[in-house]
Amino acid sequence: MSQAPPLEVRGLVKRYGELVAVAGVDLTVHAGDVYGYLGPNGAGKTTSLRMMLGLIRPDEGSVRLFGRDPQESVSALEGVAGFVEAPTFYPYMSGRRNLELLAAFDGDGAEGRIEEALEAVELSHRAGDRVGGYSHGMRQRLGIAAALLRNPRLLLLDEPATGLDPGGMRDMRLLVKRLAAQGITIVLSSHLLAEVEEVCNRVAIVQRGRIVYEGQIAELKRAAGMTYRLSTTDDQRALAVCRAQPGIEEVRVREGQITFVAEDRAVAELSQALVEAGALILALAPQGATLEELFFSLTEAGAPDSEPVAEPLEVTAR
Amino acid sequence: MSVAEAVDERLVARRPTRTRRPGVGTVYRWELIKLRYQKRTYLGLGASMLVPILFVLAVHFRGGPHGGDFAFSSYLDRSGLAFPLVILLFGAVWMFPLITALVAGDIVASEDHNGTLKTVLTRSVERHEIFLGKALAAASYAVVAILLDGTVAVIAGIAQSGFHSLQSLSGTIVSAPKSLELVYVSLLVYLIPILTVVAIGLMLSSLTRHSAAAVVGTLMISLLFQLIGVLPGMGGSVPYLLSTQFNAWQGFLRTPTDWAPIIRAVWVCAMYGIPCLTVAYIAFLRRDVAGG
Repeated sequence: MSQAPPLEVRGLVKRYGELVAVAGVDLTVHAGDVYGYLGPNGAGKTTSLRMMLGLIRPDEGSVRLFGRDPQESVSALEGVAGFVEAPTFYPYMSGRRNLELLAAFDGDGAEGRIEEALEAVELSHRAGDRVGGYSHGMRQRLGIAAALLRNPRLLLLDEPATGLDPGGMRDMRLLVKRLAAQGITIVLSSHLLAEVEEVCNRVAIVQRGRIVYEGQIAELKRAAGMTYRLSTTDDQRALAVCRAQPGIEEVRVREGQITFVAEDRAVAELSQALVEAGALILALAPQGATLEELFFSLTEAGAPDSEPVAEPLEVTAR
Repeated sequence: MSVAEAVDERLVARRPTRTRRPGVGTVYRWELIKLRYQKRTYLGLGASMLVPILFVLAVHFRGGPHGGDFAFSSYLDRSGLAFPLVILLFGAVWMFPLITALVAGDIVASEDHNGTLKTVLTRSVERHEIFLGKALAAASYAVVAILLDGTVAVIAGIAQSGFHSLQSLSGTIVSAPKSLELVYVSLLVYLIPILTVVAIGLMLSSLTRHSAAAVVGTLMISLLFQLIGVLPGMGGSVPYLLSTQFNAWQGFLRTPTDWAPIIRAVWVCAMYGIPCLTVAYIAFLRRDVAGG
C-alpha cells in the first residue's frame, strides 16, 4: 500500500443530466510532485477535485488516494488535506474555534498543532476574531492552516490564490513552494498560469472535462517545438531558404524578422543552408513558448460545440 | 517574515502517534457547541421560556375565575401545576413543532448551503457519524426546549396560583407533589411526537438542502396532520395521526393510568419517524456535496 502513488485517477466521469462535467479523466500524481491542474472556468477542475476528496460520487471511473478509495471510507483521506473552491468555515465562531472543531474531527493529535498552523499562515493575531469578519485572503490562509492540521502528505488546493492581492498571491506561491520542499505532494488547481509555471513540475491541462495534456511542463514545451527569430544580411533569400528547408515550420515575417518553429537539429541544418545560400546570419535566437501560450494553443483550438474534445492536439505528450 | 518563511519544519515533518479516532461523540459535542453560537437556538429556547411567562401574565391580568371546555382550564386559578399542562395542549398546534423545526430543519441544510459540510466531510469522521451526531444534537435541543418550557411554566404557574393539588381527568384529586411528578412524566411522553417532528425536520433538511424550506416544511407537515384530523369523514384516521399523539400524555392524568394512548403514541410515532429518519440518513450518506 505504501508504494501506491498519492493520487491515481482512472476513467473519471461525472454527468449532470445532459452535461458531461468530467469526461474520462486519467492522471497520476507521484510522491513529491507539485502538480498543476489547469483549465479554463467550467472545464471540470473543481468537479474532479470534489471526486478526488470523496465529496461527490463519480458516475464512472475511480480515484485512489495512496491506494485507497475515498468513496469507501474517510480513512482514505488519512494524510490528505485540502479544500475545494474557497475554504469555508463557521462565520459565527472565531478562527481558532473553527480550527479546534476541525482538529477534533481529525484526531491524531491535531489539536496540538493549532497554534503552529496559525503561526504558519500568520493568523495568530486574528485567531480570536469571528471568521465572519475575515477578508477573503484571511479565509484562504485559514484554509491552509486547517489543511496543515492534518499533517498532510498530499495537499489538494483549489485555486488557492484566487482573489488574493499581489502580495497575498506571492505569499501563497512561496508557501506552496515551501510545503513542497518539506516533501508534501501538492495538487494545485488553478487558472493562474504564471503561478503554475513557477511552482509546478507537472501539469494536467483539462478542457471540457477531458485532459488534453498530462506530463512535465518541460516536456510540453519540448513537444510543442521552439519558436526562433532570424535576422540575416539578405532576409528575402533567407525567407526562401527557410520555406524550402525540411523541418522548418510556420515560417512568417514579424516586425521585420523571420520567425519559424523547429527542433534543434533542423535549426543547425538551416544555419548551414543559409550560409551556403549567401544569407549571413546576424541573429538566430530561440523564443521559448510560455505555459500560457501552450495552454491557449491547447484549450482554444478545441471544437466549439459542447462535446468534450475528442482527441488531444498534436503537442499532447500522453 | 513571509508566510512561507513562517512554516515550521516540525509542522509538516512530525508524524503523530495514533490516538483514538473521533466519532459520533465528537460530532455531537461540537454540534452542541455550534448551537450555542447560533441565534436560532436562543430564538427557540427564548420562546420556550417566554410563552409560559406571557401566559401566566395574561391569566394574572385578566383576573376572575377561568373556565373553558379544554382540560385543566378551570384549574388555572387553583393550581400553578395546571399551567404547563394547558401549554402542552395548545403548544402542539404550531409552537412546539416550530421550535423543534428551527434546529432540526436547519442542522444539515445550513451547512450544505454555507459550504461547511464539505469542510467537515474532508476530515476524519465518517458521514454516518456526522449524521448521527447532528440527529442527536437536534433531538437534545428539542428535549431541552420542552423541559425548559415545562419548568418555566411550573415555576411561573406556582408563582401565580400556588403549589396545590390538581383534579385528574377522571375527576379524582391528585396531591401537589404527585401532580408535579405527573407534569414531568407528561413532558417526557410529549417528547415522543416531538422527536418524530425532529425526524421530519432532519429529512427535509437533508432532502431540500434549504434551511427555510425545511423549517417551514416541517411546520406545514405538522399543521397538515391537524387539518386532516378535523376534515369530515377522516374520523377513523384520527388515532393514527401524528397530531393526536401530542395528547397521549393525558393518559397519565387519568386514574388509573390509561396506557393505551401512550403505547399507541410510541408505535404511531415510530411509524412516521423511522422512515423519515431512514430517508434522511440515506440521503445524507449518498448525497453529492457540491454546495457552498
